[in-house]
Amino acid sequence: MVGLQNAVNNWPLAVAPDWPGNVWWHWVVFTLIIIVFFLFSVIMFIYMERRVLGKMQARIGPNRVGPFGLLQAIADAVKVLTKENITPTNADKIVFWLAPAVVFAPVLMVFAVVPFANGAVLADLNIGILFMVAIGSLSTVGVFMAGWSSNNKYSMLGAMRMVAAVISYEMPIILSVAAIIVLTGSMSLNDIVLGQQNYPYLLLQPLGFFLVFVAGCAEINRSPFDLMEADSEIVAGFHTEYSGMKFAMFYLGEYGEAVVMSTIIATLFLGGWQGPFLPPAIWLIGKIFFVFFIMIWTRTTLPRVRIDQLMALAWKFLFPLALINLFATGIEVLAFPDGIPWYFIPVNFAIGIVLVLLWSRLYKVGWGRVEIE
Amino acid sequence: MTLHTEPFVLNMGPVHPSTHGVFRMRLTLDGEVVKDLEPVYGYLHRGIEKLAEERTYLGVIPLTDRLDYLGSMSNNFGYCLAVEKLACIPVPERAEYIRVIVAELQRLAAHLISVGSFLNDAGAYFTPFLYMFRERERIVDLLEMVSGQRLLYNYMRPGGVSQDLPAEFIPAMQKLLPQMAAYMEEYENLLKENEILYARAKGVGILTRETAISIGASGPVLRASGVKWDIRRADPYSIYNRFDFEIPTGIQGDCYDRYRVRVEEMKQSLRILEQAYKQIPAGPYRTETPLVIRPPVGEAYAHVEAPTGDLGFYLVSDGGIAPYRCHVRAPSLMNLTALRDMVVGWKIQDTILTFGSIAITMGEVDR
Repeated sequence: MVGLQNAVNNWPLAVAPDWPGNVWWHWVVFTLIIIVFFLFSVIMFIYMERRVLGKMQARIGPNRVGPFGLLQAIADAVKVLTKENITPTNADKIVFWLAPAVVFAPVLMVFAVVPFANGAVLADLNIGILFMVAIGSLSTVGVFMAGWSSNNKYSMLGAMRMVAAVISYEMPIILSVAAIIVLTGSMSLNDIVLGQQNYPYLLLQPLGFFLVFVAGCAEINRSPFDLMEADSEIVAGFHTEYSGMKFAMFYLGEYGEAVVMSTIIATLFLGGWQGPFLPPAIWLIGKIFFVFFIMIWTRTTLPRVRIDQLMALAWKFLFPLALINLFATGIEVLAFPDGIPWYFIPVNFAIGIVLVLLWSRLYKVGWGRVEIE
Repeated sequence: MTLHTEPFVLNMGPVHPSTHGVFRMRLTLDGEVVKDLEPVYGYLHRGIEKLAEERTYLGVIPLTDRLDYLGSMSNNFGYCLAVEKLACIPVPERAEYIRVIVAELQRLAAHLISVGSFLNDAGAYFTPFLYMFRERERIVDLLEMVSGQRLLYNYMRPGGVSQDLPAEFIPAMQKLLPQMAAYMEEYENLLKENEILYARAKGVGILTRETAISIGASGPVLRASGVKWDIRRADPYSIYNRFDFEIPTGIQGDCYDRYRVRVEEMKQSLRILEQAYKQIPAGPYRTETPLVIRPPVGEAYAHVEAPTGDLGFYLVSDGGIAPYRCHVRAPSLMNLTALRDMVVGWKIQDTILTFGSIAITMGEVDR
C-alpha cells in the first residue's frame, strides 16, 4: 500500500530516468499505459487517415460523431461489435478463428521495447531492435492463416502476395537498421535514441531513412504497395471473408502495424523522444504522427504497383542500395570512431541522392507479360 | 523436383468493385498470371431494343438515356438523328448548336468518369476519381440547367431539343471553360508522367491496329491504337464540320495510350465548346413535329461519336407509330470483345487495369 501511495503522489515524476523500477506493479501499470497508448493511437490513426484522406480528396471526411468527428472510430467499433460473426462453411474453423489474434498480438508486443523517455521503456532489451523487427514480422503468419483458412480465392491471392512482399521487404529494412546499429554500437533502442543527442540519424543516414520508409510502406501494406488488399482487384485480400469483431481485429492490427512502423522510423531516424521544450513522450507521439502523415500523403497520390514490380523493387533496387548504405556507414564509422563530424551531413545526402537517381536509371521494370503456350 | 501445380478458375464479378457494373470474367489463373478469360455478360439486360418496338418514336428517347447512362446526351443525339433521317424532319440552326454543346459537355463528363475510374483501377485510392467527380459536378449542373435532370437527361427531340437554353447557361459555361482547362492542367501535373503509372500502364494490354479494326472497335479504344477514325470527322453529322478540332491518336494501343487519348479528347471538346458558344445564332430551337410521329415505310441508320465510340441507331419503320425494329450498335460491346486478346498472359492486376481502360458501361453492353 505504501508503494501505491508513493506512486500516486509521485506520478507526474513517474517518467523519470529509472522508471519503471523493480516493483512488480510498476510493470503492470506501465503495460496498461502502453496498451492504452497503443489503442488510443490506433484510433487516432484511423481518424487521422480518414480525415486527411478526406481533405486531400476534396471532400470532408467523418465529422458527425463527437467534435470534428473524433469519436468516429469508437462509433465504428461499437457497430462492428454488434455484427454477426460469419464463418464460411468450408473454412478451416480453428485457424480461421485464431488468425485475427495472431495478427494482432505481435503488433502490441513490439511496444515493449519502445522508449517513451530516457529509460521509460518496459523492457530495455539489449537486442531491442532485433526483437522489434522479429516480432513485427510475426503477424505475416496470421495473415497467411487467414488467407488459407477462409477458403476463398481472393483471400488466398492476397495472402500469397502478402507473404511474398513481407519476406522480400524484410531484407532492406534489416540491412538499413544494421547501418544504424553500426553507427550506435548498440541494439538497445534506448541507446539508439541517446545516440541521436546531437543530430537525428535522418541526417547521417538519409539513404537509410528513404529505404526504411519505402520498405516499411510495403511491409505494412500502405499504398503504393497495398496490393495485398487491393480493393479494386482482389476485393479485400486476406480478410474478405471476415466480419464482425474478427474483421475489426484485422483492421486494428493493420493500423497497429502502421503505428509500429511509424514508431520504428521515428525512433531510429527522427530522434525518438528527443526534442526541446516539450515532454519527451509528446515529442515521440508527434513524430509518430508526422511519419504516418507522410504515409497518408503517398497513399492519396500514387497508383499501385504490380506484384512483379513490387518484388523487383525490393530485390533490384532497395536491397543493393541497402548493402551499399551499410558499407558506406561502416567506412565512415571506421574513419571517425569518435563520431561522424557535421560536414558529413551534406556528403551523406549527396551520396544518397546520387545513388537513388543512378540506380533508378540502371534497372528497369519489365513489362511482365508471360507467354502462354 | 517439380511442384505439381494446376490452374484455378476465378469468377471475377458480377459483383466486384471494379467491374463497372455487373460484368463477369471467368479467369483461368496460373498463380497471378491470366491464362484464359471468358467474359460473361447479360446481367443488366433490360430488353431496351424490344421495348422500343412498343413505344412511340418520342417515347423511345428516355430508353436511349438508359443505354450508356454516362453519355445520355450522345444517345439521344444518335437516336434523334436516326428518326430525323427516317421521317425527314429538318433541324433549326440553333438546335444544332445546342445539341453540339450539350453533347460535348456530355463527352467531357463521361471521359472524366472513365479516366477517374481507370486511375482508380490502377490503385490511386479514389483521389483522381473524386477530383474528377468534383469537375463533373459542374458540368452536370450545366446540363441540369438545360434539361432539369442530372443523369438521364431526356433532352433532345426529333427536330431539335425539348427546350431552349436558359439565359444563364452561356455565362455559366463561359465561366466553367477556363476553369476546366486549369483542372486538366492539374491532372496532367499529377499523373501524366507518374513513374508508377508508366510502369503499370505502358505496354500493358496492347490492342494492335489490325485487331482493333477487325473487331470493329471504335472511339478512344480504336484511336489509341493509332487509327484516326472519329465519326465527327469521318462521317460528319450535325454541324461538326464547322468546328476546328483535332483527333488525338495513340501510338501502340496500350492502357496508357487509351488514358492519354481520353484526356486529349477532353481538351478538344473544350475547344469545340469555345467555338460553339460564340457562334450560336438566335432562332427557333425545335421544328414543330406532331407528338406521334408516323414516318414513311423505310429504314434509317445514323451514328454519332459517343464517349464510348461509334454509337449507331438502326430504325425500321412500317409506317406505324412505333419503330418496327430498333437496333443499337453498342460501341462498349464491340470494344469489349478484344478483352481476352488484350489480357491473356498478363497478371490479374493488369486485367483490371485493361478492363478499366476500355471504359465500358454495362448499360450499353447488355442493353
